[in-house]
Amino acid sequence: MRDVAVVGFAQRQMKEFDGSPTCVELLVPLFAECYEQTGWTRRDVGFWCSGSSDYLAGRSFSFVQAVDAIGVIPPVNESHVEMDLAWAMYEAWLKIQTGEVDTALVYAFGKSSAGILRRTLALQLEPYTMTPLWPDTVSLAGLQARAGIDAGLWDERAMAEVANRSLTDAEKNEYAVRKGGSSVEELLSRPMYADPLRKHDCAPVTDGAAALVLAAGDRAREVCERPAWITSLSHYVDPMSMGTRDLTRSPSTANAAAASDLDGVEVAELHAPFSHQELILRSELGLGDDVRVNPSGGALTSNPMFSAGGIRIGEAARQIWSGEASKVLGHATSGPALQQNLVCVMEDRTAQEGR
Amino acid sequence: MPRTLSAPVTVAFDYTRSTGPVVGRFLSGLRDGVVIGGRTSDGKVVVPPPEYDPVTHAPLDDFVEVSDTGTVTSWTWVPEPVKGQPLDRPFAFALVTLDGADAPLLHALDVGSPNDVSTGMRVRVRWRVERDGAITDIECFEAAVDSEERAVGVAGSGRARALPRDEAATEQPRHTAADAGTQGEDITGIVVPIELDYLYAASPEESLFYTSLSEGKLVGQRCPTCGKVYIPPRSACPADGTPTAEEVELPDTGTVTTFCIVNVPFLGQRITPPYVSAYILLDGADIAFLHLILDIPAEEVRMGMRVKAVWKPRDEWGTTIENISHFAPADEPDADYETYKVHL
Repeated sequence: MRDVAVVGFAQRQMKEFDGSPTCVELLVPLFAECYEQTGWTRRDVGFWCSGSSDYLAGRSFSFVQAVDAIGVIPPVNESHVEMDLAWAMYEAWLKIQTGEVDTALVYAFGKSSAGILRRTLALQLEPYTMTPLWPDTVSLAGLQARAGIDAGLWDERAMAEVANRSLTDAEKNEYAVRKGGSSVEELLSRPMYADPLRKHDCAPVTDGAAALVLAAGDRAREVCERPAWITSLSHYVDPMSMGTRDLTRSPSTANAAAASDLDGVEVAELHAPFSHQELILRSELGLGDDVRVNPSGGALTSNPMFSAGGIRIGEAARQIWSGEASKVLGHATSGPALQQNLVCVMEDRTAQEGR
Repeated sequence: MPRTLSAPVTVAFDYTRSTGPVVGRFLSGLRDGVVIGGRTSDGKVVVPPPEYDPVTHAPLDDFVEVSDTGTVTSWTWVPEPVKGQPLDRPFAFALVTLDGADAPLLHALDVGSPNDVSTGMRVRVRWRVERDGAITDIECFEAAVDSEERAVGVAGSGRARALPRDEAATEQPRHTAADAGTQGEDITGIVVPIELDYLYAASPEESLFYTSLSEGKLVGQRCPTCGKVYIPPRSACPADGTPTAEEVELPDTGTVTTFCIVNVPFLGQRITPPYVSAYILLDGADIAFLHLILDIPAEEVRMGMRVKAVWKPRDEWGTTIENISHFAPADEPDADYETYKVHL
């Protein structure tokens, strides 16, 4: 296996993006930041991969239009996934593993506010017996939250604790669209929304875009003092049906964790768009109380569709670059109620390399 | 004041889907007023039946009729229903394990408030009167009160009942369920209408283009890196990725680079065929855009033909390219091929 590191990261997150569904206007400055971080131009990027979905804002072939932000003369090596940035990153990591390229810039964008996000996402469900009922994202999460409450695995207080910590941490995140912690009691005194969920248990609808830069071996060392070396990368999927899996568990997360070396992880950025989902993830990943979870505030405070998972990886990588941690975990989820899960572990190696 | 123009847009499409034998069997049951589950290799009865066994991955062919009464195993309140959901007033989505099944079915539960629902609650299917073989043949679940439950029990449909396997496998219409409604051919396909509503925004650059059109002007943008002029303007130059900031007003005259004669009628067509749809390179632009060529017989339109915009009356103008009704031949010689060949 080739050693590959995350060496660049840029993001924009906002409540409503006053711009086009292709988000080209957002991507141009994001790429500029990535060029600045690495000292590269677009011609130093060996592979590009984007994540987006036309269903989000009703623009056909938006990923083709988004390529304008790269500039494609001379032609570029480019691909697309209708998944989160984290999966675009996975494809780029594989591309680098083939030896065909040494560097990649992956990006994702989405203007969720253009439609009714929780309704639009019903289109990712099984189309015969689920989509015709238009089960919205919040409802599916509510069924999951209730299942855990009924089973005695968590309660509203534990969910409020997650929300309060996230809102407090988000105060330091300029991109978080919801921020400001108070107290668990205050959060619990707020009215129910989608019983058993209060609004702060649900991620806010968020527009935005993000980009990650990957590089192999010395290409990474050239552009980054402390590259965030990817030491584990794993993705598993559970059945889509809400009836045939135990909603209080996430076997795909446990599988991804089992395939990864999580020993000694200090910081974990978990993609949990609903408060109870962080509790499930922490349990399935086996994270101890000494692991700092979501110092960015997490997806509960800002959840741009198609970027939020990759942003977890970028936020975790930043902990390595700054020297605040030497082993971190970035997690991304996709599909209804934590159906798919990806785990990315990154480590600092400057000590071993004597740099 | 937003910097972009926007307008509501609805995107709709009817998805026609073949069901295959398993989903078809389930939907045929719904049409006939019975709920059919599938027995998986671990002996569990799952509703709706999975197409393949989750453990052995063999096609599922062991069908079981289950009750239309069951127990809520989880629920959530839906305070603000969205379009297309089973009920248009606040309701609960519930996971309901029907009597005779081991796995729950997701559907709506019609109750007045979250206080009227609880895990463990007994509920039964409210069947739609007109059924055509869709999950929406179940209108929703509703509370099952004790007396009704007893009545259901007397009718004998409160327990799972295995169906003959050969009947299941051969996909023949079923005539065995004494309590079922109309019988017919098994469902083999469904149509699922999908409709999504958006507030669709033009990019800031496109917004400039449309706002200028409402003033009778054609405005493009020039790339500062390569100097090319794009109309309509784009947020970045597709050749080199540079934002195109400099505005350039272009004349309403240009050259036909290439064209096609539309002979085929289609839904929403506004002009009677044959007519010409052409790429027009405005003078000073580096990219052609699509518009109509009229006021000339279709067979006389040619590459290199010089054309001029024909504007609608000013009081009909809006923020739209339709302010230009069409392009018509300009009274001048054709452009030399060399002048537009790089724009083909």
